[in-house]
Amino acid sequence: MINTIIQGVLLGGYYALIAAGLSFMFSVMHVINLAHGSLAVLAAYALFVLAQSYGIPPFLGLLIVLPLMAVIGVILQRLVLERAMRAGQLVPILATFGLSIVIDNALFEAFGANTRSLGNFIGSLSYDSVELPGGIFVGKLAIGIFAVAVVVLVGLQLFLSYTAYGRAIRATAADADTAGLVGINARRANAVATAIALVTVGLAGAALGMRGTFDAYAGGSQLLFGFEAAVIGGVGSVWGTLVGGIVLALAQSLGARISPLGFLIAGHGVFLVVLFVRIWLAGGVAFLTQRAAA
Amino acid sequence: MSAVAFTVERWTPAARLTIAATVVLAVVAALAPLWLGPGAMDRLTILFVYVILAAMWNALAGYGGLVSVGQQVFFGLGAYFTIRLADAGIDPFVAMVAGAVIVGVIAVPLSFPMLQLRGGEFAIGMWVVAELAHLLVNLDPLIRGETGTSLIALNAYDAPMRRNLIYWLALVSVAGLLGGLFLLLRSRIGASIQAIRDSEEAAASLGVEVTRTKRLIFVLAAFGAALAGALWLATALTFQPKAYFSVQWTAYMIFMVLVGGIGTFEGAIIGAVIFFAIETWFGAAGVWYLVGLGAAALVFALLLPRGIWGSVERRTGLRLLPVGYRLVVGASPAAVRAAPLKETS
Repeated sequence: MINTIIQGVLLGGYYALIAAGLSFMFSVMHVINLAHGSLAVLAAYALFVLAQSYGIPPFLGLLIVLPLMAVIGVILQRLVLERAMRAGQLVPILATFGLSIVIDNALFEAFGANTRSLGNFIGSLSYDSVELPGGIFVGKLAIGIFAVAVVVLVGLQLFLSYTAYGRAIRATAADADTAGLVGINARRANAVATAIALVTVGLAGAALGMRGTFDAYAGGSQLLFGFEAAVIGGVGSVWGTLVGGIVLALAQSLGARISPLGFLIAGHGVFLVVLFVRIWLAGGVAFLTQRAAA
Repeated sequence: MSAVAFTVERWTPAARLTIAATVVLAVVAALAPLWLGPGAMDRLTILFVYVILAAMWNALAGYGGLVSVGQQVFFGLGAYFTIRLADAGIDPFVAMVAGAVIVGVIAVPLSFPMLQLRGGEFAIGMWVVAELAHLLVNLDPLIRGETGTSLIALNAYDAPMRRNLIYWLALVSVAGLLGGLFLLLRSRIGASIQAIRDSEEAAASLGVEVTRTKRLIFVLAAFGAALAGALWLATALTFQPKAYFSVQWTAYMIFMVLVGGIGTFEGAIIGAVIFFAIETWFGAAGVWYLVGLGAAALVFALLLPRGIWGSVERRTGLRLLPVGYRLVVGASPAAVRAAPLKETS
């Protein structure tokens, strides 16, 4: 039981990592990127190709893939999000959903139905573990992913609070027109924000590939897990996202003890319960977008 | 300046002609089994399912402002309840309609929390609901997990009779749902729905009951998608949860509505016909075809957000199935063609 809980908490770190970029983009651009999960899978495939065809181990491959993800982020912002955001509230949802369909099926076309993993390319890290008191073994990789999630979440918060770009992004989020009046380039602020979000997506993709297997259609589930973690924890709050990921993962781990389908059922179930309770407590006010609408 | 003389236009000659042509078309379609081959009838049934899916998703997103990427939940549950009821000994055709009604009833309590969500939260929230429903259906021993089962009860009818009945049920469903939606949109509630589409805040300030109106559309869209799922089950015969609860159904709906013209009555129908044609010609191309659909949805959302029909309407002022009110300055309708007014349609 204690073992299940510890593994669950560590899995929560992965969910927090995938939720970090989603939550970041929502809080600073008011956009939910439905291609978020698909882009993480794209990054995982990129690392896989680098390792398989060019012999570049994933940790080295990240030096190539993360800048690439940042560039994709700028392109995404310039070509898709900027135009979509101007066209109204619904268009970014439709456009990013269309993008996710393109990415998923293009990946399937390129790589087929076989599942892939980065586990073979990271040496013994995929199975190394440390022993905790009480004879409990936890994987070094899971601890590492959890640590990366914490670093990313805290880093994003510090970036927003203490850097010039962070302040520009927050000002643009609050009021793009007024931000423009005081000399902030809103386009650039949003491009930087998207690029940063996509770097975290790249990290999440690496984590996804290292800790298990993935296939071309894995993006949808990653989006849902990230979204659930972000909503359970409360969007835009650093520790909330981490707690959200842990709650989700604990529910899944406990559900899996009951039935094989219990993993996913309990995860979606706990998300909906938290959502409904919070709506009920808020007296029927959309709690999530309140911040965004302000 | 003196007050401008105007008349309120609800019908146009083109619209009367369209309605007349639609009625003739429906009668011809009803008699189609007399001369159409079995293959053509199956294809037409599938076209009707697409039209239902597009019209219902358009009602939800185009009029209700609710973009859902989880409408496959209702499609799948419509098929599931059909199987369940038929297994209990109910005639399969009765089970199809009753199954859709059950889904409509389930949508009522579901709407209370879901309609509190906004924008992307609603979109993904519905997807989560669809995933959960998919998993729960898998737990039913009758379905045997992803192996699935079949609508065996249809074997009680011989093949030609079965095909005709499915075809007629599909025809009645599409005619009933489109006709009902048309009348609804032209009614007092329709005026509220279109006001919400144009501006939720402004509509609320004029006394429109936004949430109640949205609930009506949500439930209607759920019922329609469920009926489409039941019809799909009847033509496909097999029920594999993965195939019915797939997010691809939502991708199809979004493609049809975006290409045809979101928020226009005619656009959804045109989009469904285009999708049907593309699927007939390129469906064999497999995954590239899906890449193309996603890319088309993306491009239309960004570059031609009104879709094909929305653009035609804007350029020509043509209204084939008018669901709005239009102020015509002067009494002559011909003046409108010359100088289209900006109005709510």
